Amino acid sequence: MARIELQKVAHSYLARPAGEQDFAVKELDLTWDDGGAYALLGPSGCGKTTLLNIISGLLTPSCGQVVFNGRNVTEERPEQRNIAQVFQFPVIYDTMTVRQNLAFPLKNRHVPSDAIAARVTEIAGMIDLDSVLDRKAHNLSADQKQKISLGRGLVRSDVNAILFDEPLTVIDPHLKWQLRSQLKKLHREFAFTMVYVTHDQTEALTFADKVVVMYEGEVVQIGTPEDLFERPMHTFVGYFIGSPGMNVAPVSVEGNRAILGGYAIKLARTYADTPVGAKLELGTRPEFIRFAGNGGAKDGEGLPVTVKRVDDIGRFKVAKVELAGVPLAVVADEDTVIDGDEARIVFDPDHVHIYADSQLLEGVAQ
Amino acid sequence: MNKTWNNGAWFMVLPVLALVAFNAVIPLMTVVNYSVQETFGNNIFFFEGVKWFEEVLHSERFHAALLRQLAFTGTILLIEIPLGVMIALTMPRQGPWVSVCLVLMALPLLIPWNVVGAIWNIFALPDIGLLGRSLNGMGFDYNYTHQPVAAWFTMILMDVWHWTSLVVLLAYAGLRSIPDAYYQAAKIDSASRWAVFRYIQLPKMKRVLTIAVLLRFMDSFMIYTEPFVLTGGGPGNSTTLLSIDLVKIALGQFDLGPAAAMSIIYFLIVLLLSWVFYTLTMRSEDQS
Amino acid sequence: MKRLSWLVPAFYIFFLMLPIYWLLNMSFKTTNEILGSFTLWPTNFTVENYVAIFTDPTWYNGYINSLAYVSINTVISISAALPAAYAFSRYRFLGDKHLFFWLLTNRMAPPAVFALPFFQLYSAMNLFDTYIAVALAHCLFNIPLAVWILEGFMSGVPKEIDETAYIDGYSFPRFFVKIFMPLIASGIGVAAFFCFMFSWVELLLAKTLTSVAAKPIAAVMTRTASTSGYELGLLAAAGALTIIPGAVVIYFVRNYIAKGFALGRV
Repeated sequence: MARIELQKVAHSYLARPAGEQDFAVKELDLTWDDGGAYALLGPSGCGKTTLLNIISGLLTPSCGQVVFNGRNVTEERPEQRNIAQVFQFPVIYDTMTVRQNLAFPLKNRHVPSDAIAARVTEIAGMIDLDSVLDRKAHNLSADQKQKISLGRGLVRSDVNAILFDEPLTVIDPHLKWQLRSQLKKLHREFAFTMVYVTHDQTEALTFADKVVVMYEGEVVQIGTPEDLFERPMHTFVGYFIGSPGMNVAPVSVEGNRAILGGYAIKLARTYADTPVGAKLELGTRPEFIRFAGNGGAKDGEGLPVTVKRVDDIGRFKVAKVELAGVPLAVVADEDTVIDGDEARIVFDPDHVHIYADSQLLEGVAQ
Repeated sequence: MNKTWNNGAWFMVLPVLALVAFNAVIPLMTVVNYSVQETFGNNIFFFEGVKWFEEVLHSERFHAALLRQLAFTGTILLIEIPLGVMIALTMPRQGPWVSVCLVLMALPLLIPWNVVGAIWNIFALPDIGLLGRSLNGMGFDYNYTHQPVAAWFTMILMDVWHWTSLVVLLAYAGLRSIPDAYYQAAKIDSASRWAVFRYIQLPKMKRVLTIAVLLRFMDSFMIYTEPFVLTGGGPGNSTTLLSIDLVKIALGQFDLGPAAAMSIIYFLIVLLLSWVFYTLTMRSEDQS
Repeated sequence: MKRLSWLVPAFYIFFLMLPIYWLLNMSFKTTNEILGSFTLWPTNFTVENYVAIFTDPTWYNGYINSLAYVSINTVISISAALPAAYAFSRYRFLGDKHLFFWLLTNRMAPPAVFALPFFQLYSAMNLFDTYIAVALAHCLFNIPLAVWILEGFMSGVPKEIDETAYIDGYSFPRFFVKIFMPLIASGIGVAAFFCFMFSWVELLLAKTLTSVAAKPIAAVMTRTASTSGYELGLLAAAGALTIIPGAVVIYFVRNYIAKGFALGRV
């Protein structure tokens, strides 16, 4: 169990990085609380695997320090940091049995054999591998093999943190949720610090207490799933999380109103000084736009839009509309009737955010 | 791959079948023909049954050549396979030196076999060859044209020089196919260097190593040119391996009967041992 | 310990280069100097051996002949092997496993066994002493190898690609040339490399089937060694020149060697 801190950590794979763009991970300060379950979420190439390898010690960062429980471990090798890592595809020792696989890390650390036997049996029971303990590892299915990888991490009682690099990639979909719940259960029992890298937002949001969203080598937001949904601090977070993602449209701002395509939208906050020359955008999730008058065009309420298409997903509908030429997505519940090409939409001021250069602007509450 | 049943595929195989069968079946039929016949010249042949086979199988000369061949093949396998693996393990995995290493190591493989023999013929000469001069300079009494032991030493050294690179290339390819994650996991598991070799590298190289052993076994068992140019089979017949002896009998003495019988026996030995290897490979593949 | 592990490949390469260096050393000396003294470097550096080779038809024809039949053989082997490998890769047919195994057994045939029969066969067909004779003879062991290598690479291409192409309206020849072959390009490279290699280096059959017109350089060299009494300098130069085609080929496929080996059958 450990509290992990990354202080001013940055990493470039080039020997002589020229500028910011050469850094796979740009300078950041992060703290991972002891026993926390974190998801490291982001698209391919955003730097999350690099960051994971910096934490585990497989990679030494170009700058900065890695601190475990107050101890500087930046120069220490992975085996000295007492971490475990589960990779994208099952990494097991093919020629050994399951039992020997699980015992391997302990044998290398010269733990006495009866202690090893007891520990292996204990862990195997927890991850449902006790029935296959004496079978050759390479004969098992993909999910069982991943469990072996996980088990090798759990057998070591002094493990500080367990790091997962997209571990469910090769697992069949119907087994994914099973493994996920088992992982959550194990986390509750063992309370190890857990960092789970994924590009799948569903995995991240259902799994973790806190999500770290990365984009192009930077951490753009850390928060609970609710935070990320309700209040994205970066347009990327809004776009990446949620299906469909947040609507982003260029606007100009006057006080407590945003002007979008000639139409005024009331805002919950006042933005007195917007940064000069910054790109101003409005962000609001499709879930927080509704059709006025139950879909029918009616005078009065809302802003006029043309309805381009409506996809019926089952429990809800996704409508693609255009407001003065600006495309927006609207999520409506299944009962909403959307007739014809014209409709009117209403924004929810509490869930309309303003972004300058993709960063959330605070504004002043009214 | 899900293969569909299609007997029409035979048309696609026809060119290959024709070319190989032409080169294999007709000559082999000739060989079989000669092996059971006797001729006293003028193209008149008499059927003699298994007389030639018995003669060859009982001949001292054949036994001696076979023993020499087994000794040769056994020795080079024992040297080249471990050496090749060891070199492959220590080669860089990435960077500019990889190409340089591979190109330089592959060079001996592409030298015509007679040139290989010629190079070593001169290289090992006691008076004007670098190796010969150096060995004699170091105090060894070394002259491969007169001493059987020296001749064997040179012949084996030449084969190691010539063919180890093949093992290196194959083993290296096998090693390169191991994903990094395995090495990373081993680091995290605190595995020793030996454990990494034994539990990760060796198992993953099993397939290529089997191919390497099979290829080296077959090729060394059939070797002709290099030792022939190096020693001509001498001094005396101390380095006369099976192929050299066979060519001597067939093209030198034109003893068609014994040559043909010996050819068939020779071929069968190679076939048998190769079939054993092949089945072992296929079986271990099915298991994995 | 790990730091010094580069010494192993370094020593090995040094060992490999020694005899080649010695050959080059001798090629730039006159035969008299070679027999007369022992030096690590030519005292009278001369290119007369190379000049002799480039100006004497007996010699340079040897190279041309060798290159000729090797190229012809590579083309024939690959062309025949491509459809066959495709058949083995995509289809099951009567006797397919046996045929494949039989093909491989030819790779295991001792050339010495075929020396005399080939001599008689090709003479009977009036093909003695021609390029085509050697090119065809080498097919015996090159074609099985080419089929084996190509089949391995082809199996790595999913059948779905073939099916998609047919749905898109490609005829088989067009599909094969425009879509399939680019996908297995590195496989073709590896197979061609091996065909070239085994044909270029083989001596016994090449020598047996030729006498004057198609005489390969290997045979020219051995004749020189025995009859004119060891013209060492000339021999060394000739040998050095035979290394060049091989070196050129390796240089061009150097990127494929590592990639192709790892990806393919091996």
